[in-house]
Amino acid sequence: MDNMQFDLLALLPELVVMGMAMFILLLDLFILPQNRFMIYGLSQFTLLAAAFFTFKTHTPAVGFAFSHMFIDDTLSDVIKLMMYLGTSLILVYTRKYLQDRNLYRGEFYAMVLFGLLGMMIMVSGHNMLTIYIGLELLSLCLYSLVAFDRDNPRASEAAMKYFVLGALASGMLLYGMSMLYGMTGSLDVSDIANSIAQQPKSPVLILGLVFVVAGLAFKFGAVPFQMWVPDVYQGSPTPMTLLIGSVPKLAAYAMTVRLLVQGLHPLALDWQDMLVLMAVLSIIIGNFSAIVQTNLKRMLAYSTISHVGFIMFGMMSANANGFASSFFYISAYVLMSIAGFGIILLLSRQGFEAEEINDLKGLNQRHPWFAFLMLIIMFSMAGIPPTIGFYAKFTVLQAAWQAGFTWQVVLAVLMATIGAFYYLNIVRKMYFDAPEDHTPLSAPLDMRFILSVHSLALLGLGLFPEVLLGVCGHSLLISLQ
Amino acid sequence: MMQADLTSISWLSLAIWLPVLSGVLVLLLGGDHKATLTRWLALAGSLVSFLVTLPLYTLFDVQDGFFQFEELLPWVPAFNMHYHLGIDGFSMPLVLLTSFTTVIVVLAGWEVITKHIAQYMAAFLIMSGIMIGVFTSLDAILYYVFWEAMLIPMFLVIGIWGGPNRVYATIKFFLYTLLGSLLMLVAFIYLYHQTGSFELADYYLLPLSMQAQIYIFIAFFMAFAVKIPMWPVHTWLPDAHVEAPTGGSVVLAAIALKLGGYSFLRFAMPIAPDAAHYFSTAMIVLSLIAVVYIALVALVQKDMKKLIAYSSISHMGFVTLGFFMFSQLGLEGAVVQMISHGFISSAMFLSVGVLYDRVHSREISAYGGVVNKMPVFAAFAVLFAMANSGLPGTSGFVGEFMVILAAVKFNFWVGFLAATTLIFGAAYTLWMTKRVFFGNVTNHHVAELSDLNKREFLILGTLALLVIGFGVYPQPITEVMQATSTEFLKHMAISKLPVTGY
Repeated sequence: MDNMQFDLLALLPELVVMGMAMFILLLDLFILPQNRFMIYGLSQFTLLAAAFFTFKTHTPAVGFAFSHMFIDDTLSDVIKLMMYLGTSLILVYTRKYLQDRNLYRGEFYAMVLFGLLGMMIMVSGHNMLTIYIGLELLSLCLYSLVAFDRDNPRASEAAMKYFVLGALASGMLLYGMSMLYGMTGSLDVSDIANSIAQQPKSPVLILGLVFVVAGLAFKFGAVPFQMWVPDVYQGSPTPMTLLIGSVPKLAAYAMTVRLLVQGLHPLALDWQDMLVLMAVLSIIIGNFSAIVQTNLKRMLAYSTISHVGFIMFGMMSANANGFASSFFYISAYVLMSIAGFGIILLLSRQGFEAEEINDLKGLNQRHPWFAFLMLIIMFSMAGIPPTIGFYAKFTVLQAAWQAGFTWQVVLAVLMATIGAFYYLNIVRKMYFDAPEDHTPLSAPLDMRFILSVHSLALLGLGLFPEVLLGVCGHSLLISLQ
Repeated sequence: MMQADLTSISWLSLAIWLPVLSGVLVLLLGGDHKATLTRWLALAGSLVSFLVTLPLYTLFDVQDGFFQFEELLPWVPAFNMHYHLGIDGFSMPLVLLTSFTTVIVVLAGWEVITKHIAQYMAAFLIMSGIMIGVFTSLDAILYYVFWEAMLIPMFLVIGIWGGPNRVYATIKFFLYTLLGSLLMLVAFIYLYHQTGSFELADYYLLPLSMQAQIYIFIAFFMAFAVKIPMWPVHTWLPDAHVEAPTGGSVVLAAIALKLGGYSFLRFAMPIAPDAAHYFSTAMIVLSLIAVVYIALVALVQKDMKKLIAYSSISHMGFVTLGFFMFSQLGLEGAVVQMISHGFISSAMFLSVGVLYDRVHSREISAYGGVVNKMPVFAAFAVLFAMANSGLPGTSGFVGEFMVILAAVKFNFWVGFLAATTLIFGAAYTLWMTKRVFFGNVTNHHVAELSDLNKREFLILGTLALLVIGFGVYPQPITEVMQATSTEFLKHMAISKLPVTGY
């Protein structure tokens, strides 16, 4: 009985999110459209409450629930708090866009919360089944969100692509998991690690590993599993692109830590090779493809692929320093990408999608402040100090160097120069070109304010990176002990 | 008592952050519709920023060859990074040059810049703080952050207020510099994993194998050679200079190029002294190519700014030449040359700016007989041209002469080739002066010219005083770096190779 109580206590944040998501879904049936701000407010409140409970129930000790299916450690708590923050920002930035396009509906918020629940379960999964269930919950929500705008044929096409390829990847992941289960007789992450450590390497084990890594790489969007990224990014309505491209990366990272580090660490030498290849290819292909894009969302999609390459640079070191640096990179990346899409959402208005890079032309003359914010975001993505993006690149490169990947680091540095080109191109359009569109920019006050604070934080965290570095390194070290 | 109070102030932090803060203030309070306020605010900011750097000179201990005015605070403990500032005899004059040049640049842009004036002034103020940060950082990552951050305002300055081909020029400038500096970052990462810190002092003491030193030196070389710029990676400079607004050209020539030269002294040479000796012949050859070949290239330029840009590269060749002969005379001559070139190139670019503001052409052929319409200006311009060609009595002579003397002592033919600059330099500068200023008035643009206004007279007059002043009495510059250069050469003479075998 005591056990059950503790189990539920560890799950408190998940229960809150789930209960509120259901409540919001029901409530939406009974309120008038003009009262829809209640739904929005409740969603934000849910995130706040979940953050409160996550913070309140946090202990330095590792807690398990439901016979080790569910783990509650410092890493999961920190990632969850970041997820709440990210989701909350996304809700702020997308509200006006949704209102303008008649998409401001209760289902959106319920779906976002259910997706968040899926991610939370992924983060806390200590059993392959739990992780898989969380992943599927997230994926189903994202598929339907991409298709949320039913009358938009491009979005439907993107949703279809996303669904077919995503299902394929889930299948691969599941297939790999079943092989691992066959070889180890367990689905529990620690049991798998113990079992693998005691048996000789066998082809089935390696095959299982390959499938698992392929599944993970798909979720990250790493080369050679990157095909879906540009099409889905471009086709989806911008809020959905933002949802796909930002917070789920944190969940994918947690899943990688659980599966590869905690579960398959005895096979580190094998998955390390795969990650090295994917990291290098992602950086090369992502950066070169991004140069020639004219569509802003497509460019950001390719830039995401190159960022994923850098994230894998940390992971491929296969040590605590490396994974801590990847964690820092992802946190920085999530902050940067939400801010970047926030600006795109801000430039869009009823009947006009800011999608082309040329839509940014002359932003400095139209609205110097937003141009300045976008400048910070772009230089941060390019990794130019004094922004957070520089420390992100610095930490992963030093980790890879420490692990002995000398030529890969030099290559990454060369590619970072190429990457700088397309970010500079955006700054150039904003500052050096004359505007073609003179419509004044309008955005709700809360969005302007939060977007400003958010973008300036990229600069502030760049000047004082210690806070975030400390949190990322510390939480990972505690959890890997 | 008074002395103690003054030294307890964090002068270096003030020198860095005051201009940055005043830049932010100008951005917040200024604007195109309040142009006058913006200008005065920027001028006040730059003047105050200049004044706080003066104590660095008056309180400087010329006997001390090591770092002074040190400030040390923890910054990023996770990576053992520190906010560590300090100056020695090499960096102190450069800090003063930077803060002084900013005042000049603000004045030079006074009525000329009408578009986004607040952003223009703020960019230069912020850039000034950042560059002082580069000159004063004693922590590798702190240095790197300043070094790279400088690219952002410069990128915008060239791109927003530059000439017709500005986009190409500014992106070329940015990417060239970025590529070099990222390789330097890799070198820092290597050194970090060797020592566990980013302290420059630790790097100075770290023994390194020859192979490691060679790689490190090459990585630094890529970063600094691009910035100086040395032949053959100089091609970004003429493009950037031609397209940049006058203020941008002045900052580029007077200070940005010095960042590269200074960094050789601060990083590449003391961290990898054996590699520096190993590569010294190659460096001297590259320097001589810059001195001779680039001077010939300058001779055939049709564009005044391009000509001065090539002349800058040629003069910076003297700086690297002075460094890599490892003699006190050459070293001090090189640093004097950096300071003096800061004044002279500013003055040259400002002179072109004076003409450009009136006629909107940089072509030499668009002018002729300017002296008839602008006698006062012509007097200044001829003085600066003389200084640029190294006439005794101007500051341009001092540095070049010291380096040439050292070179002759080092090897006669090196000295001979270096000395040809006195001929070529005079040839391209004076020939341009002749074509632009003398002869009859060639066209109606020139005929409509009006002479210098008070603001321009003030700027050029101040620079003329400095050029002649340091030409006649260079003691203040050479005196402050004597102790530092002695220590520097002592350090360079000790091999850092680990002792192997018996």
